[in-house]
Amino acid sequence: MNVTSIPLEYYLSLSALLFIIGVFGVISRRNAIIIFMCIELMLNAVNLSLVAFSAYLGDPAGQIFVFFVMAVAAAEAAVGLAIVLALFRLKQTVYVDEVNLLKW
Amino acid sequence: MSFPPLNLNTILFVLLALGAIGSAMMTVTRKNPVASAMYLVMHFFMLAGLYLSLNAQFTAIVQILVYAGAIMVLVVFVIMLLNLGDEDKLLEKYNVRTMIGMFASGVFIALIIPLLRGLSPKISDASLQIGTTENIGTVLFRDYLFPFEAVSLLLLTAIVGAVILAKRKIED
Repeated sequence: MNVTSIPLEYYLSLSALLFIIGVFGVISRRNAIIIFMCIELMLNAVNLSLVAFSAYLGDPAGQIFVFFVMAVAAAEAAVGLAIVLALFRLKQTVYVDEVNLLKW
Repeated sequence: MSFPPLNLNTILFVLLALGAIGSAMMTVTRKNPVASAMYLVMHFFMLAGLYLSLNAQFTAIVQILVYAGAIMVLVVFVIMLLNLGDEDKLLEKYNVRTMIGMFASGVFIALIIPLLRGLSPKISDASLQIGTTENIGTVLFRDYLFPFEAVSLLLLTAIVGAVILAKRKIED
């Protein structure tokens, strides 16, 4: 029973706004773990967009894709945080601007 | 420009959307990484509410289980393990005005989208039925079986990789 609808554009603009906040965080933060959290913000913004389209077009493929995006995000979380741990063991820092061994 | 009528559905959407935007902005701007993590957990709960407003019940519950319950626990665990303190100063690379400018222009672009009228159908009547766990399970295991098995292989690879990367070196 759908009493009324929020128009689809509202969900899409909310998704775009959350994505922009995530990009802002990735660009402006130094801490690698907070950068990772802002990447999760971006992924969730896209998930919202996918689910909104899935509901408004009546296609379950959008929600199946969200399921896979969540699985990939979980895998990325495990590997990414392991990399941060290994980096911390080597350089004793998590700030990405102090990791400049490859800089020429 | 005609707004949707003021009923419980709209009020819930506005509250959840403002909560999601507010907690996202707090996540991005805190110096303490544990505070950022807690605001991100709140953001995930707001998004789960938004998924429920779209009749996506399975996605909402999986969002809470996987993101708030597993990924954020892992992130907080790593923050505690590394014993990170507060960051000293934020925004040292860029001018503050430039950052505010970028953000304001992004907000402006995002707010233009509701002016695109005539695009959206109403929310589909089928959405009540396609969001249930039963239907998601049927579609997943019937039409998308191969990607499902491939994702299980991906998770195995991620587990092996994470263990190897985070392991201490074995002294010979």
